[in-house]
Amino acid sequence: MLNYILRRIGYALLILVGVNLLTFTLFFAVNSPDNIARLNIGAKRVSQDAIEKWKAERGYDKPLWFNSKAEGFDKVRQTIFYDRSLRLFTLNFGTSDSGRDIAHEIANRIPASLALAGPMLLLTVFSGIAFALLLVFFRASYLDFWGTVVCVVMMSISSLFYIIMAQWFFGKTLKLVPLSGFVPGLDLVKFLALPLVVGIVFQLGSEARLFRAMLLEEVGKDYVRTARSKGLSEPAVLFGHVLRNAWLPILTHVGALLPYAFLGSIVFESFFGIPGLGTYVVEAIAGQDFAIVHTMVFLGSLLYILAYLATDIAYTFVDPRVRLA
Amino acid sequence: MPKFVFLWTDLVLWLVVATVIAYVVHVRRNADLRKTWQHVLHDAPAMSAAVVLIAFITIALLDSIHFRPRLAAVPGAAADASEAYATRTVSPLDLLLRHAVEAREKTYSVPLAYWSFQRETAVVDGREVRELPRLAHGGSHLQDPAREWKPDLLKRSLAGIAGGLVSALLLTFAIAALRDRTAGGWSQSLGEMLRGQTEIPWRAIVLTTAVLSMFVGWLAAVWPVYHPFGTDRTGNDVLFQALKSVRTAVVIGSLSTIATLPLAIALGVLAGYFKGWVDDVIQYFYTVLSAIPPILLVAAFVLLINVYIDRNAENFATGVERAEFRLFLLCLILGITGWATLCRLLRAETLKISELEYVQAAHAFGVSHWRIMRRHILPNVMHLVLIVAVLDFSALVLYEAVLSYVGVGVDPNSSSFGSMINLARSEMSRDPVVWWNLATAFTFMLALVLAANLFADAVREAFDPRARAFRPRRFRLKEAT
Repeated sequence: MLNYILRRIGYALLILVGVNLLTFTLFFAVNSPDNIARLNIGAKRVSQDAIEKWKAERGYDKPLWFNSKAEGFDKVRQTIFYDRSLRLFTLNFGTSDSGRDIAHEIANRIPASLALAGPMLLLTVFSGIAFALLLVFFRASYLDFWGTVVCVVMMSISSLFYIIMAQWFFGKTLKLVPLSGFVPGLDLVKFLALPLVVGIVFQLGSEARLFRAMLLEEVGKDYVRTARSKGLSEPAVLFGHVLRNAWLPILTHVGALLPYAFLGSIVFESFFGIPGLGTYVVEAIAGQDFAIVHTMVFLGSLLYILAYLATDIAYTFVDPRVRLA
Repeated sequence: MPKFVFLWTDLVLWLVVATVIAYVVHVRRNADLRKTWQHVLHDAPAMSAAVVLIAFITIALLDSIHFRPRLAAVPGAAADASEAYATRTVSPLDLLLRHAVEAREKTYSVPLAYWSFQRETAVVDGREVRELPRLAHGGSHLQDPAREWKPDLLKRSLAGIAGGLVSALLLTFAIAALRDRTAGGWSQSLGEMLRGQTEIPWRAIVLTTAVLSMFVGWLAAVWPVYHPFGTDRTGNDVLFQALKSVRTAVVIGSLSTIATLPLAIALGVLAGYFKGWVDDVIQYFYTVLSAIPPILLVAAFVLLINVYIDRNAENFATGVERAEFRLFLLCLILGITGWATLCRLLRAETLKISELEYVQAAHAFGVSHWRIMRRHILPNVMHLVLIVAVLDFSALVLYEAVLSYVGVGVDPNSSSFGSMINLARSEMSRDPVVWWNLATAFTFMLALVLAANLFADAVREAFDPRARAFRPRRFRLKEAT
């Protein structure tokens, strides 16, 4: 087990190096440090001196990949790439191009993102499984047929429609909840209610259909027939046997959703005015702030890797037959 | 002779059509494939969906031939003067619906209205009054709109729908008559069709076609004189925008899927076949790609092409050419960022197949690696490619709307469902509510994505026997013992 985890961490580091290389290349393929400086200083006519000063302050005055002026190892070390990438591994994010402390920003924004994304993930998975169980319990009936039809229709509608219609109906027409915004404290419930409901409804179709397929796959197996022939009732078979065995594929699916839950749904956060990480990313993309984009990509891929590792370890708890080696 | 403009998107889209036709010919010749596809042909929802999809694709293809019409020679110009072409690039769809393009109002108008959305000051009998002026085009044929509008609309709608119904009935009889040769008797053939007893679900096909043709008939009667789905902020016909968006959606859905295939197939099969370090390297590549949050990755690439297009602005003669090039690159980006899923599936399947005895036998006979992969492995993983490709189509059409919202979608000048929805967002908070833009985008997008989903489900069921167990049934079959 320990051996396995160590090997996985080594691989994870390799992946992160690759992610860094890719982001760095993509970003600097179009933007020269001079451009970034000009964009951030903001004035119309910027003197070359001002650009040089800005670059020197933020360490953009070094070469991108290879410093031919330096000696020995410094040829590689005295570069923007080395500066920008290596310190990420120590979780030191530095300052954004506009001069704000990134770690501070992120720490401030995580609670807002989590307040929306955490409950949303849990409730989405829960409601998806509940609906799928209902369909499977009444399988091969009108309820199953029309339930599946509704699922297909629901997953054919763009998430933007759900958001716009819900904001218009519940926020503007019925005035039940505020349209958008975010306040700390108990009032938060009012602001989060609508995005949560919309988030669950819009994913219900695809999630329930997926879970239904996973459950039906188990229902067809021999042990289910054995359980029935022992004289167990259908609910006992479904909850005691089928659901327990379906946990494995369900877990894999939830693990794949985890990194997105943390990064926050970009669309939901910006529609409902929630100051989380998703909004941060959108603003950084619009402002071409490389430092922020770079950090967020790094964080995102770190979470992706952690989520996969967590899923693997969770397997051993769900299914005792699984041994990590 | 108009000057044809060859756009990348058009070329690839027609290439896709040619490939599909070639595939159909191939399926007809191949007994196994024919049998598999018969599952799809005998599936009622899938065939209804196919009718709708064909309608959408026809619209998209009509909009995928671009040319600049020749301008009439200036009177008195020299006979050998060089030919002048219009600056606007148009497609057959634009020409077909010329009246809708030209019937431009000042601003919003309610569907089918003859009155404007905004009040204007007019002088009536020497006094200034605020009133809703009449539209320049919508309902301009009416003498006394207050009295004539309703009867005129009713008359036109009924005539149009009746026309659609008659043509659908004619089609039904034509199909019945054609089936007559195989099914005994003309009336028996019709009866079987309407009772749903035919192998190919003709009843579903005919019903879908009837609904479609009634809609088209209604449009044919109403569109020339009204705006059936209203006009948008700049006074353009909303229905025309929606039809133009169909092409963008189809292009994104099909081209991006095609763009994932080369990388996914080549790398997936290579990794599964050679195993060892080749497998490690390829796995490393797709793990890195899928570790980056997809929207960030797409955004980074899109920023890149924006800069490229800005720097090479002189390469594009018209705005359409620039917008189309951007769309083409966007599809490529979605392809480059989206190949990991299919690649992973193909690798796993190839791993399984390459252990099978017939592959071992091929090795023993000294068949080259390349030939084994091409002749023995690739044909046996193609069903996965097909399933993933049809499933991806609808997901990409939905994804386009989100990308446009984040600001990394198609060119702002080209119409797409995403940009229609984005505009609609602020319109829903106006008073009175401007709902028709959103409603039109919603209807068209739902029809397209739902049809694609239903068709994709049938294809998956046909090619993946396991998926057949998940098909919902309305009644309990006699449980097998």
